[in-house]
Formats: sequence, C-alpha cells, structure tokens
Amino acid sequence: MSIADSAAPARIPSVSTPTLIWAAALAITAILYVAPNVAPWAAKYPSSAIIPIADWISALMAWLKSNFTWLTRGITDIFNVPLQWAINLLAKGWKYGYGPTAFVFPRLSWVGVCAAFAIAGFAFGGWRLASVAAACMIYVALFGQWESAMLTLALIAISVPLCIVFGAAFGVLAFRKPWVDRAIIEPMLDLMQTMPTFAYLIPMLLLFGNSPVSGMLATAIFAMPPMVRATVLALKRVPHEIDDFGEMVGCTARQKLLRVLLPSGRATMMIGVNQVIMLALNMVIISSMIGAGGLGYDVLLALRALKIGQGMEAGLAIVALAIVLDRLSQAAARQRPAPHVHDLNFVQRNPMLTLAVAILIVTTALSFFVPAFATVPAAIKISTAPWWKATVDWINIHFFDAIEAFRTFLLLYILNPIRDFLVAFPWFGMVLLVGVAAYRLSGARLAVITVLMTLFCAVTGLWEKSMATLYLCGVSALIAALLGIPLGIAASRSDRFAAIMTPILDTLQTLPSFCFIIPVVMLFRVGDVTAMIATVLFAIVPAIRYTNHGIRQIPENLIEAATVSGCTPRQMFWRVQLPLALPEIMLGINQTVLLALSMIIICAMIGTRDLGQEVFIALAKADAGRGLTAGFAIAFIGIVADRLLRASTDRLQSRLGLT
Amino acid sequence: MNDLAPLRDEALSAKDDRPVKLLCKDVWKVFGEGAAAFMAKHNGAPTEEEIAKAKLIGAVRHASLEVKRGENFIVMGLSGSGKSTLVRCLSRLIEPTWGSVELDGIDLLKASPQALIEIRRHRMGMVFQHFALLPHLTVLDNIAFPLSVQGVDRKTREERARKVIDLVGLNGREQFYPRELSGGQQQRVGIARSLAVEPEIWFLDEPFSALDPLIRREMQSELLRLQSVLKKTIIFITHDFDEAIRLADRVAIMKDGQIIQIGTPEELVLHPATDYVAEFTRDVQRAKVMSAARLMRPQLSSIEYGGTIKATDKIASFAARIVGVRKNFLVTSAEGKPLGEVVPDDVIDLLADRDQLREVRA
Repeated sequence: MSIADSAAPARIPSVSTPTLIWAAALAITAILYVAPNVAPWAAKYPSSAIIPIADWISALMAWLKSNFTWLTRGITDIFNVPLQWAINLLAKGWKYGYGPTAFVFPRLSWVGVCAAFAIAGFAFGGWRLASVAAACMIYVALFGQWESAMLTLALIAISVPLCIVFGAAFGVLAFRKPWVDRAIIEPMLDLMQTMPTFAYLIPMLLLFGNSPVSGMLATAIFAMPPMVRATVLALKRVPHEIDDFGEMVGCTARQKLLRVLLPSGRATMMIGVNQVIMLALNMVIISSMIGAGGLGYDVLLALRALKIGQGMEAGLAIVALAIVLDRLSQAAARQRPAPHVHDLNFVQRNPMLTLAVAILIVTTALSFFVPAFATVPAAIKISTAPWWKATVDWINIHFFDAIEAFRTFLLLYILNPIRDFLVAFPWFGMVLLVGVAAYRLSGARLAVITVLMTLFCAVTGLWEKSMATLYLCGVSALIAALLGIPLGIAASRSDRFAAIMTPILDTLQTLPSFCFIIPVVMLFRVGDVTAMIATVLFAIVPAIRYTNHGIRQIPENLIEAATVSGCTPRQMFWRVQLPLALPEIMLGINQTVLLALSMIIICAMIGTRDLGQEVFIALAKADAGRGLTAGFAIAFIGIVADRLLRASTDRLQSRLGLT
Repeated sequence: MNDLAPLRDEALSAKDDRPVKLLCKDVWKVFGEGAAAFMAKHNGAPTEEEIAKAKLIGAVRHASLEVKRGENFIVMGLSGSGKSTLVRCLSRLIEPTWGSVELDGIDLLKASPQALIEIRRHRMGMVFQHFALLPHLTVLDNIAFPLSVQGVDRKTREERARKVIDLVGLNGREQFYPRELSGGQQQRVGIARSLAVEPEIWFLDEPFSALDPLIRREMQSELLRLQSVLKKTIIFITHDFDEAIRLADRVAIMKDGQIIQIGTPEELVLHPATDYVAEFTRDVQRAKVMSAARLMRPQLSSIEYGGTIKATDKIASFAARIVGVRKNFLVTSAEGKPLGEVVPDDVIDLLADRDQLREVRA
C-alpha cells in the first residue's frame, strides 16, 4: 500500500509533462484553426504589424550602390579581363577593327576542343572515358549548341578556379581558427547553401551590373561552400602523426600547410572540386537570366515561348556538358600522380597535355583557311527539335485524356486540399509547434533559433507565400521519400538492381535542376503538378542512396547474430535492419527536403505561387529588398527543416549508440 | 660467495661516463582549463587529489630522466600510461605544463619557435607508429623531404637520400609510392627519412607496433644493426616488454603518467620496484637479461675451463655452449682480468627456473 501511495504522485508529472505541452500546443493551434475569430491576430498575421524589412534592405542596397559603385565597377572591370579572354578564346574569337575589313582571330576550333576533351578522357580514364567525352562534345557541336555551350564553359572555367582558391583559403582559415568557423563561416555556409539561387542574382545584378561578371561572381559564391567544407574535412582527416611529422622535420607554418597537410588531404579536396564544378554549372545556367548568356539562356527563351523542341535540345546539351565535366573531374580526382623520373623534359612528362595543345593549335590555325574547322558546317548539323516536338505531340494526342485525368486528380484530391489546409494554418500555431518540437528534440537554443526564423516569415508579411512553399516542398519531399525509400530497400537487397540504379542515380544527380523542368512541362504543361513532379525527380536521389547505404552498412556480425537467433526474413527487416538503418535514412530524407526546396524555387519559372515566384518577380524588377527578404524566408524554412530533422536524427543515433 | 659481491658489482656497474644528451627534469603535462596557472599555484607539485579536484588530467607527472649520448633508452608502458605524451614533451611536439627539457644543456622549452625549427631540422629525427609517409611523394621524395624543407638543393638531397636508402636496404624502390609498399618496407622508408638529416637524437614512437610479429623481429634486428653503425641517442617507445629488453640499454617503465622505475633490463627483472613491474618481468626468460656475473662463483685455480666469457655477457649468449661442453667457463672483466667462473649446472638451473625454487625453499 505504502509503496503504491508514494509512487503514484511521482509518476504523473514525469510521464505526462511532455505530453501535456504537446497537447496544449496542439489544442491552441486547433482552436485557432477552427475558430480564427477567437484571436484574429494569431490566426492571420495583421498587415499593420508587418515589419518593413524589405524596405530596409532596399535602402541598404541603394546606399551601397551609390557609395561603392566605384569599387564594384572596378571589380567588374578587373574580372572582366580574364572572363572576356576566356569567352573570346572558347566562344567568340577576337575581332579587331569594324565592318567587313575587320580582322578576326578565331576561337579555338570545335574539332580541336572535342579532341582535347577526348584526350583528357583518355588520360584520366582510358578509352571508355575518352569515348564518353568525345560523344558528349560532338553531340553539343552537331546539334548546334556550340557557341552557347562554350560560353557556359568559359564562365565555368573562370569561376571554378576562383571558387577553389577562395574556398580553400576559407577552409584553411576555418581549420586554423575554430572560433571563426563556428561564429562566422559555418552559419554563412548554411545560409549560402539554403539561399535560393535566384536570390544570389539580385544583389549581384545591382552591384555589378547586368553583365557576365555578375553571373560569374554569383556562381563563384554559390559554388564555394563545398570547397570550404571539403578543405576543412581534408585537413581534419590528415592523420595526427603526419601533422607531428611536419613539426618534427622543422617545417615552418607555411611549409607545413602547403607541403604536408594540403597534399595529404588531396583526395578529399578533389571531391570538393568535383562538387564545385557541378554547382558552378548549375548556377551558370541560372545566372544566364542576368545576362551571362549561354545554354541556360537558350532554355529560358525556349521555355518562355513554349518551344518544346528547342528547349529540349538545349537542355540535352546541358546534360551532355554536365556528364563530361562530372566524369572528367571525378576521374581526375581519382588520378594518382605518376612516378616522375627526373631526366625527362616537360613534353616527355606530359605527353597527353602536349598532344592536346598541339591539336588545338593546329586545328585553330587551320580554321583560318578551312571554314569547317571554325564553325560546325551546316551540312553535318542535326536538329532533333522537330522530332521532340513530334514525339510530344504524339503523346499529347494519344494520351491526353489519361495525363489530364492524372493531373486533375492530383490537383483536386491531393495538392489543393493540402494547400488550402496549410495556407489557412494560423501562424501563431505554427511558431508554437515548431518551438515545442525544437525544444523537445534539442533544447532551448534550437527552439529560440527556429522560432525566430519562423517568425521572420510571418513578420515580413510573407506568411501565405511561405506556407505555399512549404506545401509544395513538403508534398514533393514526402512523395520522393515514399518512392525513394522502397527503391533504396530494393537496391540494398539485390546487387543487380543496385547496379541498374547506380548509373541512373548518377545521371539524375549530375543534371542541373533546370533540366528536370523541360520534359515535365511538355507533358503536364505549367502549374503545381509539373513543379511537383520535377521536384520529386530532382529530390529522390538521396532518399534512395542513403536508404541503400544505410542498410548495406549494417555490420555483418549483427545480421549473423540475428540469423543465429532465428529471425525470419520479415523479422530481420523490421526489427534489425530498418531500425539500424533509420538514422542514415533520416539523413537522406533531410537531403531530399533541402533539394526539394531548392527545386521548388526554380519552379517559379513555370508559374507556382510561392516565395520562389516572389524572388523571380523581384529579379525581373531588380528589387533587392523584396527578393532578398523572400530569399531569407526560403533559407530560413530550409534551415528550420534541416535543424529539426538533424536533431531527430541525432536523438535516434544516440539512442542506438551510433554516435 | 660474499667476497665476490664487490667484484660482481664492479663488473656490472661498468661506469657509464658518456655525457648526458637529453635531460628531463620534473616534467608535467596537465590537460584541462587553467592547467598552467594550477601548476604554478601548487609550485609544480600538486597531489593527485588536488589534480582531480581541479578537474584536470595529469597525463605526465613529475617525470625526470636523463639519456646518455649513444644510449638506447626505452620508454615502456601500456596504452594510456602517458609514454607518448612524455616523448612528445621531450621533442616539444606537446608543450609541457611544467619542468625543463635540456638538450646538450640547452633548455628546449625556452627555445624560440625559430630556434626550435632549427633544432628539429638538424638534430632530431622521429619515426612514427603508422609511418606518417606523405602519400603524394615517392619513396625518394619522402626521404629527401626533410632536406627539401631545409632548402637543400635537389642534387645534394637526393644523393643523401640514396645513401640512407642504401642503408635500410630499399634499393630499387626509389620511385615507388608508399601505398605500393608492405608495412615493413614503409617503416624502412620512415626510418630512412628520419636518418636523412643525420640527427643526433632519434625518437622512435612505437615504430614496429603496427607490423606483424615476424616482420617486427626482423626490424628490431635491423635497428640494432643500424645502431651499431650509427650510434645515435635513441629514445624508443613501446608497449611490448620483450621488445624493450631486446633493444634497451635502459628502460623507463610508465604507469598512469608516472615513471615508476628506470633501470637496465637486468635490474628490472631482478629488482622490480613495484608489483606492477614484477608483473611484466615475471615471464621474461631471465637468461636473456642476466649477466654472467650474476651466476659467478669463486674461481678454482686447478680447473680446466671450457671457455672464457665477459662478466657482462648475457647468460643466453653462452648457455648452449656451456651446457654442451659441460665444463666451467672463466668469467673476466672487460679488461680481461679473471673474476670467477660459471658452472654449467647453475646455467641449467636458471634455464629450468630451478634456482627460484631453491630460493623459495631457502
């Protein structure tokens, strides 16, 4: 009796405190949702209380613009030199004089460039890679995208080295001064990676003008985070003994960094370089909107005019370029230095490089005399545009009803109800729920950060648009996860299936986000359904990858122990494999959510009505305040989602003892 | 037998009058916030309770030792005993919290960064447990790296590198990358690299612990061979007591950050300072560490000897011979003065551990 008496009062609060908090938060939210008139200010953010952050930012930008134009224009002029040089070399050629008497020094011959890519492929990966590289480049040439593709390549060629140098420098700084890393670099990187790509363009446009340079700078900034992260990781992974060794042979600080630490971390840094190149390609495509030109501009024009064929062709040229750059840089990263023998000269040591340069010089020289070397002759150009158009027309004629039914079904029964529910969701309830979740998962610090970020979306008057973003992003990420996790499980169970999936996933991951929109638009026209399908395609890869990896990395001895204990295959899956793989799967879902968010914003081009559209409109009007405020709101949504998912993954992991 | 004691002691304590190369006085390494201030407050001698109370960790505590020029000095301890930390304090890879470290009478801890770089470049060499070879350099470039850091021109440094490559027997592998070599070969590169600058003092941090037992023995023999030629001052870390007694002139045994005994392998085996040391030495084959002088009996003039040995010779080195010929051996001092004799039965007793039984019975 006495035991029961003393235990009862103690047990009630310990069990029910968290439950009570949740119940209270949910009840308040439900009341606000059902009866918004109880507290109208808490249901719909009062427009009188909107803080004009957008105006402040605009004022700041205007001030910067009027006071620092000398600086920004100076920077533009400086960067313009190498950039124009690269553009002339690859795409335009040098023109001296005017009119018919002008002397034109030609760009690098397309024959030579194709050959150079093939030779690079051969040097890094043998015949296989050589043929992939050659095929992709020849595709670009024959299908009439040469000049645009070379323009894109020139922008990448200048912004990537910039990224690598600055990224590595920031990485070294972050490694050497951990407090700078924690206080400045880490939050900056988070913001840079969640900030939508369009939002980068607006301040660049204002400060550096409507020129390729601002596109290049936006690209350099956007693509830098992986380089910083890879450098920090590479330096952290250098074995302690190698560090000690550097000290013991009496290296100065500079010698140790340049000759011991960075070379030892080369492999990890090269992964960063590969990511930088791919992100740069992605961003160069998008920055074509602010006058950088190139393949992205072609796609944009075609999309606006709904010229399916041309859009598809330019899109496929981007795909070809992406595949070449990705495979080449990955193979180069795997490359190990060849044993060098000292008594060889430069040519003997670098036969491939010499050959490539020689071919480039010869073919370019030939193009003075033979026009076929200067421009791709019209006779061998092929256009697939009519064919694509015919295909799409055929599908639309024969399957219009089915596609339309599918589209309408999705809209009416899934998308619109969720949208209505979320847009009507009381802002105060959302802030409350986010705060409670963050507090329960991690603690007061995270709760404060996430609540402030959620509040930002409300106080700037962007609440409805934020919810619209959340709805599309959430639905797409959910569908991507629902499709991706089973696919990942299937891949983990069958090596054959995994072998089929790997190249598909590689390709999906390589493609710039732009490319996903084109085929979907052809079938589903513009609108939310198209945005959702493109986003699902774009965001599904990590869900599959991490699930597969999470299940495969479970230690063999655990599986054996479960088998010996007599688990049926079903028990094995539900009670051993899935729980142990769950933290990894969560990481994949986290990635999927962030990718979905970035894609949803791109989809503003096909007429969604969310924050992305806000940025897109601001970009068109060069309205920095409006664009950046919406950009921050998007970034904050991303960061809140990322932190909450990460916190729950951490909890899971520590519960499983996997930290 | 009592009249033998002075003779024996004289033979064994053969005065080590080599100059002190490295002198380490009362070195402490205390980890945690405010460790330096804490040590100053307690005047460099806090008790264990005081350290625990301040929430600090005493990784190395009042360690004092001196290493003679040309000596093989071994620091032995299990993982977590602080042996690595101590040796890193000696080379100032880790800044000691308290104490002094003198190399040829110069206080290393007071050396400016510039002076320290110079000392490391020309007077110290170090070999690492996991080799610490630079993955992007060939064997030749790895070995020449310390010279290249000093700014030695390519021709000179490669010449020197080839010389040490020859010394460690890696000829023909100059253009290989570390990943293309076996563990033993990689450590040979590590050894060659540390010798390329012709250091005076040679730190070896568990150099053979990552190798297979057979390779390990081979490398130990290799080290003894190299040392018989080079005569460096060696500070060698190991967790393997057998390795310690095989290589050591003297051994320092560490436990929980403290040095609990320093002595020759023989002293450790015969007079362990604590139960902990005794635990290590229990399974040692004593014939390997004990000198002939320990079994010496008074000399009988009328006998015909089966051979002559030095008082400092290890018993294992002549045990097979003396048991084979079944005759007494004459023991002489280093100068050849007769001191006494060793009887085969005593050797057999020692090999069979029967002498210990006798002691127990007595």
